[in-house]
This record gives sequence, structure tokens and C-alpha cells, in this order.
Amino acid sequence: MPKSFFIDTSKCTACRGCQLACKEWNALDANATKQVGTHQNPPDLNANNYKLVRFNEHVIDGKVRWFFFPDQCRHCLTPPCKIVADSIKEGAITQDEKTGAVLFTAETKGLTKDDFQSIRESCPYDIPRRNEATGLMAKCTMCFERITNGMLPACVKVCPTGTMNFGEREAMLELANKRLAEVKKTFPRASLANPDDVSVIFLLQDDPKYYHSSAVAEAPAPLDRKAFLAKLVGPFGRLARELS
Amino acid sequence: MTQHWIDIKNADVVLIIGSNAAEHHPISFRWVTKAKDNGAVVIHVDPKFSRTSARADIHAHLRPGTDIAFMGGLIHYVLSNKKYFKEYVDAYTNAAHLVGEKYAFNDGLFSGWNADKRAYDRSQWAFELDENKQVKKDPTYKNPRCVINLLEKHYERYNLKNVATTTGIPEKELEVIYGHYASTGIRDRAGTIMYALGWTQHTYGVQIIRTSGILQLLLGNIGVAGGGVNALRGEPNVQGSTDHCLLYHILPGYNPMPFSTQPTLADYNKANTPLATDPKSANWWGNRPKYMASMLKAWFGDAATPESDFGYGWLPKADPSDDFSYMYMFDRAYKGQMKGGFILGLNPAQSVPNSNKVRKALDNFDWLIMMELHHSETTDNWRRPGVDPKKVKTECFLVPSAHRLEREGTISNSGRWQMWHNKAIQEPKGVKSFGDFHVELMNKVIELYKKDGGTLPEPIVNLDWPQKFDADTQAKKNNGYYTKDVTVKDKQFKKGQLIAGFANLADDGSTASANWLYCGGYVEDGKPLYKRRDLTQTAEQAAIGLFPNFSWCWPVNRRILYNRAGVDPDGNPWNPAKMVIAWKDGKWVGDVPDGAWPPMSQEGGKNPFIMTQSGMSQLYGPGRLDGPFPEHYEPVETPITQHPFSKQLSSPVYKFFDSDLDKLAKPADAAFPIVLTTYSMTEHWCGGGETRNVPNLLEAEPQLYVEMSQELAKEKGIKNGDGVIVESIRGRVEAIAMVTVRMKPLTVQGKTVHVVGMPFCFGWTTKGCGDSTNRLTVGVGDPNTSIPEYKACLVNVKKADKLTELA
Repeated sequence: MPKSFFIDTSKCTACRGCQLACKEWNALDANATKQVGTHQNPPDLNANNYKLVRFNEHVIDGKVRWFFFPDQCRHCLTPPCKIVADSIKEGAITQDEKTGAVLFTAETKGLTKDDFQSIRESCPYDIPRRNEATGLMAKCTMCFERITNGMLPACVKVCPTGTMNFGEREAMLELANKRLAEVKKTFPRASLANPDDVSVIFLLQDDPKYYHSSAVAEAPAPLDRKAFLAKLVGPFGRLARELS
Repeated sequence: MTQHWIDIKNADVVLIIGSNAAEHHPISFRWVTKAKDNGAVVIHVDPKFSRTSARADIHAHLRPGTDIAFMGGLIHYVLSNKKYFKEYVDAYTNAAHLVGEKYAFNDGLFSGWNADKRAYDRSQWAFELDENKQVKKDPTYKNPRCVINLLEKHYERYNLKNVATTTGIPEKELEVIYGHYASTGIRDRAGTIMYALGWTQHTYGVQIIRTSGILQLLLGNIGVAGGGVNALRGEPNVQGSTDHCLLYHILPGYNPMPFSTQPTLADYNKANTPLATDPKSANWWGNRPKYMASMLKAWFGDAATPESDFGYGWLPKADPSDDFSYMYMFDRAYKGQMKGGFILGLNPAQSVPNSNKVRKALDNFDWLIMMELHHSETTDNWRRPGVDPKKVKTECFLVPSAHRLEREGTISNSGRWQMWHNKAIQEPKGVKSFGDFHVELMNKVIELYKKDGGTLPEPIVNLDWPQKFDADTQAKKNNGYYTKDVTVKDKQFKKGQLIAGFANLADDGSTASANWLYCGGYVEDGKPLYKRRDLTQTAEQAAIGLFPNFSWCWPVNRRILYNRAGVDPDGNPWNPAKMVIAWKDGKWVGDVPDGAWPPMSQEGGKNPFIMTQSGMSQLYGPGRLDGPFPEHYEPVETPITQHPFSKQLSSPVYKFFDSDLDKLAKPADAAFPIVLTTYSMTEHWCGGGETRNVPNLLEAEPQLYVEMSQELAKEKGIKNGDGVIVESIRGRVEAIAMVTVRMKPLTVQGKTVHVVGMPFCFGWTTKGCGDSTNRLTVGVGDPNTSIPEYKACLVNVKKADKLTELA
């Protein structure tokens, strides 16, 4: 049964419990950071942060609005990263059939910097990162060991407000649609971010651009592998098509 | 809290003021969110637009320290628009009580003011009593000396215009907020107030909290589900520490500190045991002698006898004018009046205001024993930046302390729930818990006194002291047990048997209980109620999220205090859909009622506010040092020179110090034109001594910042992320500018006032993160509690040429 997250940003208080729990569970090292004039820290996703709460503030219609976006891999139903990786090295990126989890394996170590760059560029949400020291690629694992042992992902487990939810895809979609209808009463521009294409469904109260440049995929995500490869342009696209 | 965390979900309007609940009590937002899901309006009133504001329906920028103006305006709005819950006010408040003729209020000062003593003669504020010492009343409210009439008159000045020009919140915004909150003054609506240190840390903190009591009583929001006055207490276990008297002014269970003017237990009891001023008053503090005798029995065991006055004479006594709170303590240390001491689990060199003074004061100690998880600004004060360690005379001992995950015991959460926590991991070798440390140390002292004697050995050698610390045994002692076989009303109790509840405590030495409030939580050997995790509840309890079988709460497992005010005088809940208790078939159902007496209208019924002398709640409260009604005063350091609607600028009775380092900026000081407010943050705990040593937390919040508006930044030529210097008359701090739309300039008395905000969790022992913000803050305090005014002082800000603390 495919699993999904439902991330209800209308309830998020940016306490960063998810960000910290992710680091703790995955035993990721702390980065040396600086205060540069924002609470968002570290500044971006990196090999030691699979989950990052993004803070963005705006004045809209004369009112201060502060948007929190607990960013992470969307575990796409048809993951472009995997399609590209498969064309370079089969097994570097896998997708678990049962849960839908998209996983970067130890095989990613064999990918070059350029390979990684191509994979990163294929991601509409700009998620993949690379540990330059080990060569391994890194991102959210859906807490694969936890969920396959009957536990919630660490980020969901610690969330105090009900922002982070995890369960059967159907149940999550139902919850997402129910909440969307509710939130729309107050925020008519509210939407779900690419709910049909991803396993990590964000509810956004307002225009996605306020949250993060890659909050939603710019173009609708490809329907299948073939369609995706057809879309790729340039030398890499040609290569990918030849290999397919 | 009068309520508990879950109960917040029952509110129709949530007013968060003096608190940044989402950031500092993240779990509270689980329930705020549920209230919102149920349609509640969430309002946040705070100097800063924070993560709490982001999830609120309405946020208003309040100038730091003007909370009484804001709340007084709300009280005025409720009274002048007749929005109060009249049946409730009539039945359960002292609205009809007559205040004596000597009470008056003139232009910022109450009657009884003595300028020489800088104090009030509070006897002038007394109620009018009849020949039987019962308070006089006029239920028709025609008598102008009725509390309700004096209240209305007092807050007449708090009109929208005056409040707006004081707080900086525009009149239109005030009206919207007031309208929402006042809508709860009816039977089936409830509003809750959530506050924290943003309310307490002022030179009139107690009076700010009094405003919420007054407001909630006017609206009938006390004793009902979704109402209450809710002080948010958190991980520092403030609830448990006040219950068990961490501070000097009380003994366990909120019994006052004995004074030198009370040499015997009889004197103490006479001074502290009130008499009922109403025939229907339960006057619960009338039981004080039983609680004191039982506490002394728990402390001194067999040595506590009627002949030894239960050991009362062995207790230290304070002079009534003494103040042993920490600002006074460090003032004494600064003046060289202290030789040494213990500092356990506290980081005063970082967390006490005007910390430059504190740091110097610590240098005056000959010896210090400190117990910490990590090196802190206090433990390492002798080698702080700019100081030559060779010139510091203090001999320092640092004892490694067990982390709370390395020990077991109970904590008391904000809802007064006593909860057991297990030890999660074994502490490293040589590391001690506070309990182990204390018990072992005291046993050594007892041994020395027994061997060598000494001056006044009795308080030490007579202690009923364990050989080893055991949290469970101590919890049992807090609950209490019979000290001999007794028969009470034909019932027999054996020596050592645990006591069922504080109603069974006696003043004759037959019972021992170290804290009467906790009596009833541990009534059967090996089965403490606080270990319960049973979710069973009735349908009525389920409707309001009340879990009577999960843990245990004081008093007597009553989850919502004053709940007998949540029903009408016949015992019917004001709001049946969210009933807390109800009188059905001759008994109370729902929560544990505030006393088992029948409803008010029936014979034997008692007034619901059982801890007051009259049994009525106190719209007018003559017990505080600074007045029976809260009055707006400016912070000691204020950006204005004239009180907007009286002649008294600041509190006439605030506490202050006269040392050379206790400098104050003058009102509207041109050198320090900006208001600074200080706060905690989600990612670091209090002064940061623990969390700065957790790399992942330091990653998320690595360095000291100062939040400021774009307008101020422009004025000062500062860009987001620039290093800046923040200066007050007392100190200088480096910080990174966080220029944000979330801070905004306020219009106060027609002029622009800038506000900046800083966290206080960064200290020099964590390299490059900055150093104590409290080098800026001001050492002045509330007259009732001596809590410092951390929330408002005056500073200036400039761009830094060079950074050293943040390098």
C-alpha cells in the first residue's frame, strides 16, 4: 500500500521539531552555521539536513504574513531523479514498491559530480544533495526503517500541531482535501501542491511563491517515464533517450 | 493554570498576551490549533510578530510594558458596553461588596501613600465590615462604594484613545480585538488567556495578571471549560518549583515565610490564618495550622512535638522588610556582604539582569560550589573575557550534574498534573542528581554537627533525613502519612498509613505531610496516582477533554479550578454542552468539585472561591503592595516623559538598587531612544547553558541577533545580517541585525517609538555565538515579587565596525 505524507502548513508553527528529529534519527552531523538575518538555518538543504523549515515573510494587503515550509523530498510517484539515475547507474536510486519511498542507495557513491548535477536538475523541487566527502547522495528516506517497522517517520512523530501527517495514501489525500476545503474558507488562494504526482502533499494557504521557489513543480510533473524522457533537452536528454 | 493544556481547545476566543506560546510552549499550540479547528478566534498581542502571530487570526503590536493599559481598556470596554456576564458577576464576585471610606484613587496614586516610606498603608483599602466582621454588601449596586462602581470609575480613563496612544495599537484594531474577546461574556461562550513571562517580568507584573483575573470574572470565564487564567509553565518545571517553594518567600504549599515578628507557631498561625468575612465562606486557608503542623512533622519527625512547638522555632525567620530574591542577593554579593554559596542548575552570570554587575558580584565570593551539566558563564566567570584569572580570589568547585533524563522523579506540568518520569539512561560515573547531592551533603553536615556540636544544632540534627535520596519515598512524604494510630470519626488509621487527602491533615502532630497540596496523590503503598495512564472518562468528560484517571493533579485531582463558579447557583452548568461539573440527583458529577457542599442556593451551599476570605472572587483585591486595582504605569525606563492619563509615570513602589552599577536611563533619554524587549526562543532553553552544547540546536540558532524594523534599520544605516552594537546605560552587546517586517515602529503620544527584541540565550562560553543580552537589561523589580523588568528597557543601536563577541 503506497504511503503519503500530508503536510498542513496552515498548522505549522515552525518549531523545527521535524528538522531536529530528522537529524537525530538519521544521526546527521551538525553544520557550522552563522546568523545572517533570518531564522532559517541552515540556509538550505544539505547532506546533513534532509528536512529544513523554510521561513519567508511578506506584507500582503498591508498585513504581515510569515510562511513556514517544512521542505523535504516529495517521493514523487514517478521520480525524475530515479529516471535520470537509472540511465546512468541502475540501482543508485530505487523506489520501494510497497511504500512508494524513493531511496538514494550506497550506489550513488559511484556517480560523478556531473551525474549528480543532472539528477539534481531533474528534480522539480530541488531536493537531491551530495556529501562531497563521501560522494553519497542524500535526502529524506521516508524513515524507511521506521515505517517498515510500524513506526511513524521521526518528523511526524514529534510534530506537536498536526502539521506533519503520515499514512496510507488514500487516507492522506482524503485528509488533505478535507483540510483544503476548510482552509479555503479563510484563504481562498489555498491549494495542495501537486497532490497527484507526489507522496508528500503540502497544503499551502496562499500562493506557493510566498513559501519557496520550489514549493510546487513549475510544470505539471510527467505522467510516465517515456513522457519525461521525451521532455528532456540538450545532450543529456539525447543520451537519456538513447539509453532508454 | 486554572485549567490544563487540553482545555485550551474548548475556548471560543484565545487571547495570547505576554506569551509567545507557539515558540516557548510548542505543545500548547496543539490545543490552540484544535480550538481554531473548532472555530475559535486566536488573538496575539505582543511587541513582536512571532511564530505565534503567524498562526493567530489577529496580531497587534503592543509597546513593551503597556499591558495594563491594553487590559484596562478591555475591562472598560466590557463594563461600558455592558458586555459582562451579570448573573455570574452578581453571584460569584465581590462586585457588591462595599469598600471602606478611606479608599481613594487620585491621579495615579491610591490612598494611604507615604512618600517617605515609599509605601502604601494598605489598611486604608479595607472592605467595610459590619459589627460581626462580615463584609457589607449592596446587591443593587446603588451604593457608590460597591466594588463594581469603583471598578467602572477606575477604568473610565482607559478609553480607546488613551489606550491607543499608550500602547501604540491603533483604535480600530483595539476595537476589533475588544469586540471578539467581550463576546465571551455569555453563558455558552468562553475565552481563555494564555500568558507567560511577558506578563510577569515588569515592575507591575502582578498587577498585569490581576487584570486578567478581573476581566475573566467579569466575563464569567473562570471555572468553565475553555476559560481561565493560564500561566504557561514549561520544561523548567516552574509549576513544581513554586508548589514546593524554590523561592525564599514561601514554604511548601504556598505557606508564607515565617517572620521574626512571629516567634511561635501560634504567632505564625494567627498572622496567616484568615477569618471568614461571609457566612457562606469556606475560608479554606482557615486550615493553615493543620498544613503547617503536618509540614513541620514531615521535616522534623519525632522531634516535632507540641512541646518543641513542632520545631517551628528552628525555622529561619526573615524580617518583614527583608528581600532574599536573587537581585537582592547579588546586590549583597556586589557589596561584599556574602562569602560563598551554592549555585545549582542556574546561570546567573548569564540570566540575571544587569549581568555585568552580577559577574563582578561573583568575584567577591571566597568560594562557590556549582553543579552543572556543562561549563557555563557562571561556572567559568573567573576566566571571563577581560578578566585576569589570577586576580579572582574565588575558589570554585564544579560538581557534574545528572541530566534530567538521567534521573527519575515527578514533575508538575502547567496544568498542575504530577507526573512521574523514568530514568532514560544511566548517568556517567561520578555524576550526581541534585537529590543525591543534597541528601549526601546534608548527611555529612548532620554527622559533623552531631560530632562537633555548633551554634543552634537543633534544626540540623533534628531533621527527619533519609540516608539516600529516593524520589518515590520523597513523593510519599509529600503526600503524607499518619504518625501514630488514630481514630477519626469512628475510622481507624494506622501509623505509617498514607493519607487520603488534605482534609484529613491535623494540627496535633498525628499527621505528617511535606506539602499539603500534594496530599491525595499517593494514597496506597506502591500505587501512586501520578503513575496512572488510564484514559477512561465519562461522556461529559470526553466532551471537554478531561482525563481524571490520567496522572493526578493537585488539589485532590481537580482539573479545573473554581469549577463551582462554572454552574449557576442551582448547580446547573452555564454551558451544558461543555459542562465541567453539574449537580445531578443530589451529587456532583464531572470534575472533582471545589468542595463537596451542595449548590449555593441550597442549604449548606458555599461560595465557590474557597481560598478567599469571603468566598467571592476579587474584582477588588486589597492584598497587593501596589494597589487594589491594577493601574497602568510606565516601565522604569520609558520612551515617554508623561503618563498619558495620570501624573504618576512609573510605579511608585517598584524595587531598585543604589549601587554604582545600577544606572537608569531617564525617561525619553535622548542617548537611549529605543525600547528593548528580551525573550527566549524555541531552539534554546532559558539562558542556553544546556542547549548551546547540543550541536544540532546551535546549528538552527547559532548566534545572537536583534530583531528590528525596516524603518529603524534604514534610519541607522543597518542592513539585514549586519553586525551591530546594542547599548544601554549599563552595558554593550554585539548582535546580528535581523531586519524584519515583523517588527514595526509604534506611534506613542504622537511620536514614533522604535522597539527592538533580543533573545538572552547566547553566552561567551560557546565560542563566537555572542554574549549575555542581560548586560543591557535593568535591575528593577515588581514590589510584590521582586521579579526583574526584563521585558522593557532603553537602548541605542548602531552598526558595528568590528565584531569580537561574534567572531
